[in-house]
Amino acid sequence: MSEITEGHTVKGYDVDLAGLRLGLLEMGGLVLDQVQRAVNALASGDEALARSVLTREEEVNAYDVRIDEDSITLIARRQPMGSDLRAIISIARAVSDLERIGDEAKKIAHAVVRGDGKRSTRPSPQLARDARHMARFALEMLRDGLDAFDRMDATAAVEVVRRDLELNAEFQAALRRLLTQVMEDPRRLPAMLDAVAVLKSLERVGDHAKNIARYVLYLVEGRDVRHEDTAVLIAEGARKSAQS
Amino acid sequence: MNNAVAEEKTAPSTEAGVNVKPSHRQPGGVDLTPQDRRTVGTVTVDNAIMSARDVNVYYGDKHAIKSVNLDIARNQVIAMIGPSGCGKSTFLRCLNRMNDTIESARMTGVITMDGSDIYDRRQDVVQLRARVGMVFQKPNPFPKSIYENVAYGPRIHGLASDRAELDDIVQTSLLRAGLWEEVKDRLTNSGTSLSGGQQQRLCIARTIAVNPEVILMDEPCSALDPIATARIEDLIDELRASYAICIVTHSMQQAARVSQRTAYFHLGDLIEVGETDRIFTNPRHKLTEDYITGRFG
Repeated sequence: MSEITEGHTVKGYDVDLAGLRLGLLEMGGLVLDQVQRAVNALASGDEALARSVLTREEEVNAYDVRIDEDSITLIARRQPMGSDLRAIISIARAVSDLERIGDEAKKIAHAVVRGDGKRSTRPSPQLARDARHMARFALEMLRDGLDAFDRMDATAAVEVVRRDLELNAEFQAALRRLLTQVMEDPRRLPAMLDAVAVLKSLERVGDHAKNIARYVLYLVEGRDVRHEDTAVLIAEGARKSAQS
Repeated sequence: MNNAVAEEKTAPSTEAGVNVKPSHRQPGGVDLTPQDRRTVGTVTVDNAIMSARDVNVYYGDKHAIKSVNLDIARNQVIAMIGPSGCGKSTFLRCLNRMNDTIESARMTGVITMDGSDIYDRRQDVVQLRARVGMVFQKPNPFPKSIYENVAYGPRIHGLASDRAELDDIVQTSLLRAGLWEEVKDRLTNSGTSLSGGQQQRLCIARTIAVNPEVILMDEPCSALDPIATARIEDLIDELRASYAICIVTHSMQQAARVSQRTAYFHLGDLIEVGETDRIFTNPRHKLTEDYITGRFG
């Protein structure tokens, strides 16, 4: 990415692009922490921690708005072309995925502190374990996706796309465990519905990380792969790394 | 735009090829390999009106154009872009043999129009320049009336048999150039009394009047303000229905706006050619990428 933000004859252009890049990375760090905090709050039942996630959601939204504005200004002022144009469009798209990851963190926090301010039921140890496990997985994907973005590393991006399949499998496995518990004791059904929502949020975090990884392929190769089949991308990625 | 104008003021001698750099050196001093210099993209088209094959141009011992192959398609605008001294204007001027007028210029290779060699000994150059018209950077109307500016070409080419027919050609040409409404009540006024943008449209009307098939434009908007530029660009888009248009421009934004195909020249080599939509979003050659993103020395 530094390659993309450097080398313009007009130095101010480098500065503008570097600003966008930095904004994306800062925002990425913030939402990573939001998801981590929300899951910690859920597992430990820490209401104060959950509330801090809800408060900081405004910061995430502010980043979203600011980077969007900066992108629009940059397009208007510099008329970017080629890789610059692709970088700006990719950053703008990645930012909107990060914003939605922020929303998922908020939903998880709401499983601890309800909208009406009342405390929700304590999650089962099994859910806490599953949520932690899926969060670790999804956040790693997000971290690697952002890293691939920053280094413009198409190979690493394809790896993130591939890992989303694994996360989906983890999600299905967790659902089966929840279902077994409910079959044993139907009174757990309301709590299970909350639990499904939490796990689904984490599964969505992985989807957004995968989207960000797909933007990397657009950034590097100029190819829009948002709707391309994951299996095809992985096979292509394997072929390319074998060639190199 | 400002950049383009400023650059152009210092550049004309370079553009005419007098100051072309001798080797395949980038401004950074890195030599280009033969691989770097091979044209990326498809140089041929299905509906070519003109074809250039292995065209080389020398100004004295300066090698200004190096083995360029390129087709010009009918009903399409092709933009030639590249840094000053890259040979884009020189190449444009080959297409209607304007380089013949430069003593030291020498050309090898073949350029055909509808299959026949335009450099053939039997080719009437005046006739060729009627078929391949040219619009220059600075509007250059004759110091005559608006009417005479347009009527001159058809008259010397014998395109009108009487005054009524000539009137008709003048009116049609001015209409097509989008100038008629502004000048219809003052056709006897001097062409030079018009504004810069109007003068340029008058020059386009003058070119159209002799029924060309190809129109070459060498930086047609660099002396114009943004509104006049927009009118010319709009006109180019309309003219595309009837003519093949080749435009040399320093403004990449203009190339992106008006053309369907773009050719990038660099130190006399045709580096990349392709659909404009692709060239400006995802160029394949590093040199094209560096140029369009403003990373070029």
